[in-house]
Amino acid sequence: MNNSVIIKTKDLVKVYPMGQHDLVALDHVNLVFQKGEFAGVVGPSGSGKTTLLNIIGSLDTPSDGSAVVLDRNVETLSNKEAAKLRNQHIGFIFQTFNLFPVYSVFENVEFPLLLQRMSSAARKKAVYDSLEWVHLADRAKSKPAQLSGGQSQRVAIARAIVKKPEVVLADEPTANLDAENSHHIMKTMVQLNEELGTTFVFSTHDEKVMRYLRRKISLIDGKVAKDEVISKKRGKST
Amino acid sequence: MIIPKLAFQNILGAGLRTWLNVIVLSFAYVAIIALNGIYGGMQEQAVQAQIEVEYGGGQFWQGQYDPYDPFSFQDAHGALPPQLQNWIEEGNATPVLIRQATIYPNGRLRTILLKGINPDQTVLNIPSHFLADEKDVTPALIGSRMAKSTGLELGDYVTVRWRDKNGTFDAQDVEIVQIMNTSVQTVDNNQIWVPLNDLQTMTQMEGEATIVVVDRNFQNREPIEGWTFQSLDVLLKDLMDMVKSKTIGGSIIYIVLLMLAILAIFDTQVLSIFKRRKEMGTLMALGMTRVKVIELFTVEGAVHGVLAVLVAVIYGTPLLVYLATQGFPLPASTDSYGFAIGEKLFPIYSAQLIFGTIILVMTVTTIVSYLPTRKISKLKPTDALKGKLT
Ligand SMILES: Nc1ncnc2c1ncn2[C@@H]1O[C@H](COP(=O)(O)OP(=O)(O)OP(=O)(O)O)[C@@H](O)[C@H]1O
Ligand SMILES: [Mg+2]
Repeated sequence: MNNSVIIKTKDLVKVYPMGQHDLVALDHVNLVFQKGEFAGVVGPSGSGKTTLLNIIGSLDTPSDGSAVVLDRNVETLSNKEAAKLRNQHIGFIFQTFNLFPVYSVFENVEFPLLLQRMSSAARKKAVYDSLEWVHLADRAKSKPAQLSGGQSQRVAIARAIVKKPEVVLADEPTANLDAENSHHIMKTMVQLNEELGTTFVFSTHDEKVMRYLRRKISLIDGKVAKDEVISKKRGKST
Repeated sequence: MIIPKLAFQNILGAGLRTWLNVIVLSFAYVAIIALNGIYGGMQEQAVQAQIEVEYGGGQFWQGQYDPYDPFSFQDAHGALPPQLQNWIEEGNATPVLIRQATIYPNGRLRTILLKGINPDQTVLNIPSHFLADEKDVTPALIGSRMAKSTGLELGDYVTVRWRDKNGTFDAQDVEIVQIMNTSVQTVDNNQIWVPLNDLQTMTQMEGEATIVVVDRNFQNREPIEGWTFQSLDVLLKDLMDMVKSKTIGGSIIYIVLLMLAILAIFDTQVLSIFKRRKEMGTLMALGMTRVKVIELFTVEGAVHGVLAVLVAVIYGTPLLVYLATQGFPLPASTDSYGFAIGEKLFPIYSAQLIFGTIILVMTVTTIVSYLPTRKISKLKPTDALKGKLT
């Protein structure tokens, strides 16, 4: 059973020194994510969702406790090792899409692969496969500025999955999208989760997102307040 | 590697701002090459002229001679040693006797140098053959500047007064038989050329000379007792220094241009590193190390230098080639520079100049591009993603 554990935090603490008293953003968080989960971290603003995702994504380091991601202790990774972990095994999706404005859609999606050793033919195939997934293959030559918000986020998803990562971390992926696009995005991710087995961890306070989650972790003041499995059938069957 | 490719894409994607920087930087390239080419051409022309009409392949000076000390002139003469005599007879060298004298053009006293030269010599490019006319009066050759400053004209007679070997004053009229147009002031200002034989007779210094100029193509340089050899390097030193002093003045123009370009690039870099934090955060989230991000932003700045070379080639090549082939006429005031240039100046661009300029500008561009990126090394990915300064 243990070999299907993909993320495990143990008494994870993140403290930001704030003058007199420190600010505790994560307070002894103990969570285990299995391979193939489709989980969301919810909670009010400032509850520590982004902080948690950042530590799991090895963008940040814990103040105390540990976070093991794909058998690596993020707190002990060097800059280079952390960069490699992110590049090869973790996909990120951001609230603000964070596409590179001067690159085309194709180049944006190709970017993570450029950091790996891969032939250009293999890259091209992987990029088009990802773009097919998000139904944007026909926009490969467009620039991000020519896309709608929903399309931009789909490009970001393609960029996150192009390298076939084990985990995708999505920090409020729908916060800048309207309802229709939010549903579209979520359905795409559900499909990826089911067909590729990619583990998804979201942070959100969007009701629309919550409907798709199979596990909901509630954070309050940096503490896990609730951790529930939602046995409801995924999404609407369209 | 992907860094240069990404850097090019980013910088081209930045649009107008990039091109403004690139154009200013390209001005710096072209200005540096053009101005140095001009000074190079100036120096080359001045050196050539000086060699042709005065220095030849170097000079043997009679032991007493010191051109910077007019008092030395009185004793600076000596019989030609057999070795020099041989070279002179073979046409590989020519003797010049230099004496101080005074003339009285329009009744005013003026100290000059009388220079005796063989009318049939071919070592120096001086029209000495005009002095060959057998006349009762000693023929004299002067330069156009001398003619202008004294008011002497072709066919004029002028009284020359000198001291002979024993220090006794003597005087005689000479006739101006030719006024030569030369760009070299040191064979023109305040001097009168007369036939060597005449001057030797006038001063009772038969068979003597002050200097012996060696032909440019003659390689033999044996040391000669009582005479010191002045190589071209030594003779040209003053001239080189003079050209260099003019060069320094001119280089201010392109130093200012280069500074402007560098400032613009520095500014762009500072701004882009300030504005593109989120992009840096994304790069790091996608797996780029901080070092690579620094490299990317540095190369981006340095790409300005590469693009500027291309732009400079486009408009600079025709411009520079045109200048080099057509030359350009010099204003009369350049005569006061003190060295010979001629009427038209032809710039010279050496490969060393061109590549040296490219390397210089690239290096400076890369350094100013790198300096602001050091901030990135302290940037935390999480803060960068928030677009925050650390
Ligand atoms: N770099 C930082 N320095 C100081 N405090 C920070 C920093 N980053 C986050 N915090 C604090 O840590 C706490 C948790 O922040 P976090 O961004 O994880 O919240 P969140 O749950 O993602 O909120 P939101 O829903 O608004 O995105 C907040 O109180 C926040 O102010
Ligand atoms: Mg957040």
